[in-house]
Amino acid sequence: MVDHKKDRVKIHVEHLKKHFGHLEVLKDINLDIYEGEVVVILGPSGSGKSTFLRCINRLEEINGGDIVIDGKIHMADRKVDLNKVRENIGMVFQHFNLFNNMNVLRNLMLAPVDVKKTDKAVAKERALKMLERVGLLDKQDAFPSQLSGGQKQRVAIARALCMSPEIMLFDEPTSALDPEMVGEVLQVMRQLADEGMTMVVVSHEIGFAREVADRVIFMDGGYIVEQGTPDEVILNPKNPRTIDFFNKVL
Amino acid sequence: MSFSEILTVFGPSLMAAMGQTCLLAFRGLFFGCIIGIVVGLMSVVKNKLSRGIALVFVYAIRGVPMIVLAFFVFFGVPMAFKNFLHINLVLSALQAGTICLALNCGAYMAEIIRAGIQSVDKGQMEAARSLGMSYWRSMYRVVMPQAIKTMIPSIVNQFIITLKDTSILSVIGFPELVNTTKNVIANTFRSFELWAVCAVMYIIVITLLSVLANYLERRLNRGRS
Repeated sequence: MVDHKKDRVKIHVEHLKKHFGHLEVLKDINLDIYEGEVVVILGPSGSGKSTFLRCINRLEEINGGDIVIDGKIHMADRKVDLNKVRENIGMVFQHFNLFNNMNVLRNLMLAPVDVKKTDKAVAKERALKMLERVGLLDKQDAFPSQLSGGQKQRVAIARALCMSPEIMLFDEPTSALDPEMVGEVLQVMRQLADEGMTMVVVSHEIGFAREVADRVIFMDGGYIVEQGTPDEVILNPKNPRTIDFFNKVL
Repeated sequence: MSFSEILTVFGPSLMAAMGQTCLLAFRGLFFGCIIGIVVGLMSVVKNKLSRGIALVFVYAIRGVPMIVLAFFVFFGVPMAFKNFLHINLVLSALQAGTICLALNCGAYMAEIIRAGIQSVDKGQMEAARSLGMSYWRSMYRVVMPQAIKTMIPSIVNQFIITLKDTSILSVIGFPELVNTTKNVIANTFRSFELWAVCAVMYIIVITLLSVLANYLERRLNRGRS
């Protein structure tokens, strides 16, 4: 049985399918993610981890099955108000995707002011608070091109947090970073996990998964092959495919 | 007649013709930009019908020499209206010229705008969408400001081409610079001097346009890294 902090299902995934042309990327994904839970998804490249993550906020169209947020929002429904749902689901990308035409502060304020119609002064106050939290208050006037990779990713996390999301999705947040910058980003994520944020993290950081994840999910070939606590999955895997993977990585 | 006499006598009408050239170019560019923006955006959205229409438009216009387009719009279209619709459509040379320039400039501008938008990393749009912004808000606030920076040199280039393309519309009798120069030569038989004057006048106007464009480009890039 999986250990989780709370009992409320935040993200319910049933029979999720996704294909690109003839290539089936997700074949049948079933999963419940609980409120406040930190789920780390591991697996070889091409296993469908990132695609699964992008289906949660429907950056990728869903071809079959459903993803239900908070027990009531059906993401597979064509009529669902995506913009409204996405306000509540923050996302952090492998390549940061900071808005290159704006400085850090305006990156953080854009969506709250534009989407939520937050008062500018209020949005700025919150932006500064988030910047302080990721330790980059002094970079508020900098443009993305003037930041290091680690700084960019911390700004990207702060930008997502400015919308006060209830769920945070991380798509390989440290894969494009120099090794020495991985730590600072993981530190911010660790802090977020401690505060009870519901997090779904696609990552190759096995150390982070062991330390922070409530549950580790191992994906391969479009299926969830194995799941459980970090120690169960990483140290004592049962499925041959999982055993093989961790033998190669650890 | 000496060269200076020719200039005193025909200078004012050459200047007026340059004015007509600029007027035609301005009108062509104005409507061309509108067509370019609409068709350019139509060619990047998801909708396949919209993309198809944009593609056909660009291919059709790009595939037809402007002199053919000019004859078609000025002579062909009114005849079609008369024969098939029984409507008496009369297009002035300025109107027909504006349509030709706008269509031609619009097709090339659409390609510039499409390429500019597609040069912006897809992640920029995805990040904006992931924050709950709509497609068009994301386009307006995030993608377009970055796309425009890469488009500007090509847009300036297209402006210059369109200004020079006005000369083609001399064939439908619009009194722009080339047409007027021809008329002056018919009166004076001074081909060498007058074509040289005509060329220099184009160079001057295009230089002014380039200076203006550089100034605008610098202003747009100011404060950005």
